[in-house]
Amino acid sequence: MKNAKAPAKVKENDNSLHNTLVYIRQHWQLYVIFMLPAFLLTIIFRYIPMGGIAIAFTEYNPIRGILGSEWIGFANFRRFLSSPDFLRYLANTLKLSIFGLLWGFPAPILLAFLLNRIMSTSIKQKIQLVLYMPNFISVIVLCGIVRILLSPTGMINSLLGTNINFMTMPSAFRTIYIASGIWQGAGWASIIYTAALSNASKELKEAAVIDGANIIQQIQAVEWPAIKDTVLIQFIMSVGNIMSVGFEKAYALQTDLNLNTSEIISTYVYKKGLLDGDYGFSTAVGLFNTVINVILLVSMNALVKRMNEGKGI
Amino acid sequence: MKTKKKSEFARHSLGDKSILIAGYILLGLFVVAIILPVIYIILASFIDPVTLQNSGLTFDFSKWTLTAYERVMSNGQIWVGFKNAVIYSVLFTILSVTVTLLAAYPMSRPDFRGRGFFNIIFVITMFFGGGLIPTYLLISDLGMLDTIWAILLPGCFSVWNMIIARTYYMGIPADLQEAAQVDGATELTYFFRILLPVCTPIIATIAMWQFVGMWNSYFDAMIYLNSASKQPLQLVLRSILIQNQPEPGMVSDMQSTAERAQLAELLKYATIIISSLPLMVMYPFFQKYFDNGIMAGAVKG
Repeated sequence: MKNAKAPAKVKENDNSLHNTLVYIRQHWQLYVIFMLPAFLLTIIFRYIPMGGIAIAFTEYNPIRGILGSEWIGFANFRRFLSSPDFLRYLANTLKLSIFGLLWGFPAPILLAFLLNRIMSTSIKQKIQLVLYMPNFISVIVLCGIVRILLSPTGMINSLLGTNINFMTMPSAFRTIYIASGIWQGAGWASIIYTAALSNASKELKEAAVIDGANIIQQIQAVEWPAIKDTVLIQFIMSVGNIMSVGFEKAYALQTDLNLNTSEIISTYVYKKGLLDGDYGFSTAVGLFNTVINVILLVSMNALVKRMNEGKGI
Repeated sequence: MKTKKKSEFARHSLGDKSILIAGYILLGLFVVAIILPVIYIILASFIDPVTLQNSGLTFDFSKWTLTAYERVMSNGQIWVGFKNAVIYSVLFTILSVTVTLLAAYPMSRPDFRGRGFFNIIFVITMFFGGGLIPTYLLISDLGMLDTIWAILLPGCFSVWNMIIARTYYMGIPADLQEAAQVDGATELTYFFRILLPVCTPIIATIAMWQFVGMWNSYFDAMIYLNSASKQPLQLVLRSILIQNQPEPGMVSDMQSTAERAQLAELLKYATIIISSLPLMVMYPFFQKYFDNGIMAGAVKG
């Protein structure tokens, strides 16, 4: 770099247009080679579709395009909000993620505490290898396994001595979804807590042991403080994602008979939009979901800032 | 474990010992709950469908058969799926890692003019987007339906991974760049010759995430690709495992519908094993990168 010292000097002066232009001319590579690909991809595939949100306010006709389609204001939103299905889909979405959070969130923390108590490193590593493995199974294979094990002649039924078809029971869907989620994800999610626990000061723990602290006291005094911040951040991020329940797994676990509980907003958006071709309505439902999600994220971030003395996520 | 670490375990008080034992049992149950279904599926994949249906698992090896594997492996569509999955995942990983690592570099430099602007542009997309239909219509308008580009490009730049890479770059000592500047290195030389080589752990981590993510996803392929010849593995699996529609050649020689259904069930076990094997075999080799990547993700929070 010919102008090695220039950037620092420019910065000391001011941000005038002239200086910025000089900077850009000197560092054009940063803009053209490093920044441009990501910037273009973002504009094309993220920002242009945002303009397409206008579809939600039209009776969209693919042939006539957005501008040629009839403008109907909030009619699509009214149609969704006043339909009897609206509350059910919203409730299904919220219940799936809130119950998922209540059961799924503590599981990896518990696993990390348990792993932390294993004294032999080699055994610990072997257990971790098993615990992380399900994370590498695809959603489709996971749901395929779930369907096989829960089929009327599958492993679960032969263990129970029954032949219940769980996949057709609306009351079983959430349990299946959440339990298989823990089966697949808890081990992997425990990594971050295991790492935080290994940062807990060894000396502090040894001191606690010498003072005669039992395991419960050690957890209270040494281990919990070491992971408290991580737990808080992870919790807030999960709460912020409550409305973005994954489409892929819910869709792969749906059967015609369990739709009563398994139809969530994202699967509904897909069916209405791409299968039925009701573009305007589907976009309106999707937008409704996104807006709730943004509100949740922003309020969660504000909450963190307050608790964390001004540091947001 | 018991014999080797006996002394350490014995040092605990009675109350602690019972807590430890309860904890080990709980952990053991979780491990068993993971292993048991896996073993069941491996065993079931070798058993004759009629026997499996009537009497479940058996260790009477005369009832064991490789039929399911032969049928699945002689089916062309599975291999088309594998081939496409490899192509999509490899290309996606290369593109995505390149774009993400490049963008992270200016974003990591305090003197970069426009850093705040780009940051806002990128971060907004983490929270807000056009949604399914507008994105679909854009892909359609661009003429990318049923092409590989619809799979590769839209998710190629990951803001989250860019932030992680940026955080990592910022942890690299500034002396390195100063030394490079003294030697007259350009931005490009510094980036490729000096910065990237010391960032291999984070590069490997991001590459692993992107590869596994693409390999395992099916949504984009489901909505954008129609041709059977372009389907990735997960879509082929979806028709066999979820929609109960085995590829025609797999079961069509069976006479009765009942036989066909039975065979279709058996094929599921072998399909699961065959399709999951590659990642299951590879994943222990990635293991050293796990902690690394997860911690890099945590730094940002």
